Amino acid sequence: MAAILENARVQVLSDGTGLDEGQILEVLRLPDEALPDLLQLAHDVRMRWCGPEVEVEGIVSLKTGGCPEDCHFCSQSGLFASPVRSVWLDIPSLVEAARQTAATGATEFCIVAAVRGPDERLMAQMREGVKAIREAVDIQVAASLGMLTQEQVGELVEMGVHRYNHNLETCRSFFPRVVTTHTWEERWSTLRMVRDSGMEVCCGGILGLGESIEQRAEFAAQLAELDPHEVPMNFLNPRPGTPLGDQPVVEGRDALRAIAAFRLAMPRTILRYAGGREITLGDLGTRDGLLGGINAVIVGNYLTTLGRPATEDLALLEDLKMPVKALSATL
Amino acid sequence: MFCDRCGEPAAEGDHLACERARALEPPRYCALCRRRMKVQVVPAGWTATCVEHGTRSS
Repeated sequence: MAAILENARVQVLSDGTGLDEGQILEVLRLPDEALPDLLQLAHDVRMRWCGPEVEVEGIVSLKTGGCPEDCHFCSQSGLFASPVRSVWLDIPSLVEAARQTAATGATEFCIVAAVRGPDERLMAQMREGVKAIREAVDIQVAASLGMLTQEQVGELVEMGVHRYNHNLETCRSFFPRVVTTHTWEERWSTLRMVRDSGMEVCCGGILGLGESIEQRAEFAAQLAELDPHEVPMNFLNPRPGTPLGDQPVVEGRDALRAIAAFRLAMPRTILRYAGGREITLGDLGTRDGLLGGINAVIVGNYLTTLGRPATEDLALLEDLKMPVKALSATL
Repeated sequence: MFCDRCGEPAAEGDHLACERARALEPPRYCALCRRRMKVQVVPAGWTATCVEHGTRSS
């Protein structure tokens, strides 16, 4: 077994201390022959520090498209020639989406808006929508509405939003190559406010934006410093009309290496499969990731693209004897 | 008729990549008039509305 894995067995598996940036880089540079050992160790770490349960979540876009920001991977930016048009979801449809998500056994429902940050119209929709969901559906509500003011953080807490997603997307050194309309530090500032409010912090990003292996390690270390409750791992699904529309997808083995490395950097976090896994990993890779550090999934469709049917993911979890986390376990 | 993914004439060019991509994407263009549609994706499906030709759903 590679020396870095021997070290990680003691440091992460036994002691629960995540790998540092240099160690993460060593893991990301492991040859393909070491991948089975790496995935097994990451799985052991997940089982030791998180347990066998898998947290299931559904997400929905409350406000799609027309975003003023220029995140180069995103088809919802109004600055690119993307075919995605602006559209709002009405409250009855939002509640129905939450109901359908809960019916899969999911405990999390995340409401997302393509905005720089929420304006009063969006906050009003959130107040109405979260109230309607909480009255009708037994599910935890999370939100992802961009950068927040302190006052908006407080309002979301009052509404009963229990977790807030705000992805750093990539490491600090590469971020200016991906987004120019706001800074990595502005995102970090929102995350600190969310953390201080008592809401759970959900923060991850997208692999395959053109970052180097070193920058991938930097990103994992920066996330570990933030210590989020949840880390969603997306893999770039190049969208037509965006500046990254012709970027190659992440190679499957690199994606699995990254999953395991992120797990070894953050042994206790909820590490969630998010967008892009279908094209990067396919069915077999999805299974490998669940046996290599992943302990949460987004089921069903994403915001503007489609995912595997929820039934397929749930059948896979059953096959792997990984129980879906019950709502009672999240309260 | 138009490709509902890229909006180009369906009879011109190769749309095999579009067909493959559509397995994991909703339609974006009306196949009858090429207008960009308003598309709403939800966890269990999608709807796509053309102002002229109405709504399709999954």
